[in-house]
This record gives sequence, structure tokens and C-alpha cells, in this order.
Amino acid sequence: MNHSSAVATWLMVLVMVGLNTAGDMTTARAMRRVGDFSEVRRKSGVLGVTIAVLTEPWFYLGLLAMTLSFFAMLAALSFIDLSVVIPASASLTFLLDLFGCQFFLKEHVSRRRWLSGILVLGGIILLRT
Amino acid sequence: MTELDKTTFARQHVHSMSFLRYFLLAVIILGSTFGDVYIAKGMKQIGVVTVSRWRDLLFAPLHFYVALGVVMLMMFYISYLASLSWADLSYIMPATTLGYVLTALMAHFMLGEHVSLTRWIGIIMISFGVGFITGGPSLTVTPTPEGVSPHLEIHR
Repeated sequence: MNHSSAVATWLMVLVMVGLNTAGDMTTARAMRRVGDFSEVRRKSGVLGVTIAVLTEPWFYLGLLAMTLSFFAMLAALSFIDLSVVIPASASLTFLLDLFGCQFFLKEHVSRRRWLSGILVLGGIILLRT
Repeated sequence: MTELDKTTFARQHVHSMSFLRYFLLAVIILGSTFGDVYIAKGMKQIGVVTVSRWRDLLFAPLHFYVALGVVMLMMFYISYLASLSWADLSYIMPATTLGYVLTALMAHFMLGEHVSLTRWIGIIMISFGVGFITGGPSLTVTPTPEGVSPHLEIHR
């Protein structure tokens, strides 16, 4: 891999990690604001759930980030070294998401979840490299 | 079952999963795994997308395998949205990585590909991690004098 293709590969990894994490955070926040689907469906039906999701601004931010991430992946699939891009972006996104859950979404990331997260992260790195 | 200590106001975990919700977790795993496989297959058939062939990227979702992959990813996305409405992202996220294990196992048992010792260790680590987290509580709530926030629906 020459210098410019290495730069392109890592730039693409950073773009994908940023978009994936942004998508996960904003989508999770949107669904937390909408509330439990089962409960919303019981009160106002499937249409009520659909309207609740479609009128949630965070949902569109998540959708935008995920759409951009999808096209970035399509572009990456065709021109860079996937054996580097996929494991690197999957593991970095996973790590960044865990911090995002704790500090952005204010979830209670317990010791059990951190331990599970570290096991899974290690597993992704071993499995995908 | 709810394991909630209402004597404190710190964020706590509760169980919010049911059989249907575990089933939706499986749809997330299968949808994302097969979605990625079909999209990769479609993009390989389309070929290298360069700047001068940007239209190929724009029209890629119309290719049969890419379209099939997109349908699978839509199933994944709807299940993912529903799951995030009743469980934490830090609970859902590790569970979805079982897709990596599924891909490796399919490659080994269906395609006869060699799986190295390192990868088997990776598979075991992910499986333990996922088992450990999915066996635990799934939702963070904050107890308030009026109840808990977000409002908790109890599933048995």
C-alpha cells in the first residue's frame, strides 16, 4: 500500500467511524424520545408509532448520518483495502459508541457492560483481521 | 421482571425484554449480516466506482443483489429502531456483533473455508461477551417520585 492509498484508507475509516457513531447516537436518542413502541402502539396504533417516529427531528439526523455512511461504505467497497477498513471501522465505532452511550445518551454503562464490551471489541479485532 | 430499587434516584438497569424482543434482536443480526453480504456481492459485479463513474454509485441500489441487500438492511433498520425504543444502545450494540460470528461460522460450515485459531478465539470472545450482556438487564431508568423515567412497561 503506497502513502496516498494509506492516507485514503484511513481517511475513509475516520469518515465511516464518525458517520456510524453519529448515526447510532442520534437514532438511539430519537427512539428514547419516542418511547417504548409497544406502549405507543397500544395507545395510538401502528400509525401512531409511525407518526411519532417521523415527527422526531433526531430521527432524521440519524437517517442522514446512516445514509451517508451507507454510500461511504459502497464507495469504500469498490476502491480500498477492505481487510483494513472493515475491522478498523467496526472496532473503532464500537469503542466510540460505548463512550457515547455513557456520556451522550447518559445510559448506565455498568461494569458488566464495559467488560462485555471489551470482550466483544477484542473478539471483533481477532475475528476481522 | 423489574429489578428496581426505588429508594435511590441514581440511574439503574431494569429488564425490558420479552420473547418477541429477542426475536427482533435475531432479525437485526440476520438482516445486517445478509444485507452486507448481498450488497458486497452486488458491488463486486458492478465493479470499481471511480470519480468519472459516479453515476454507477448513485444507481447501485437498482442492481438486483444491492437491492436485495437494501431490503434486508431495511428489515434490520426497522427492528433496530424498535429495539432502541425499549433497550439501551449499550445493550443492543454488543448483541448485534453476533453477525460477525454468524458470517465466520457460515464460511466455515457451508463454504468449507478455513477458520484460524485466532478467529476461533475471536468467535468465543464475542459469544461470551454477548451472552454476558444479554443475560443482564437491558434498559437504564432514573427513578423519580412519580415512578421511573422513561415510563417502564413491564413484560413477562
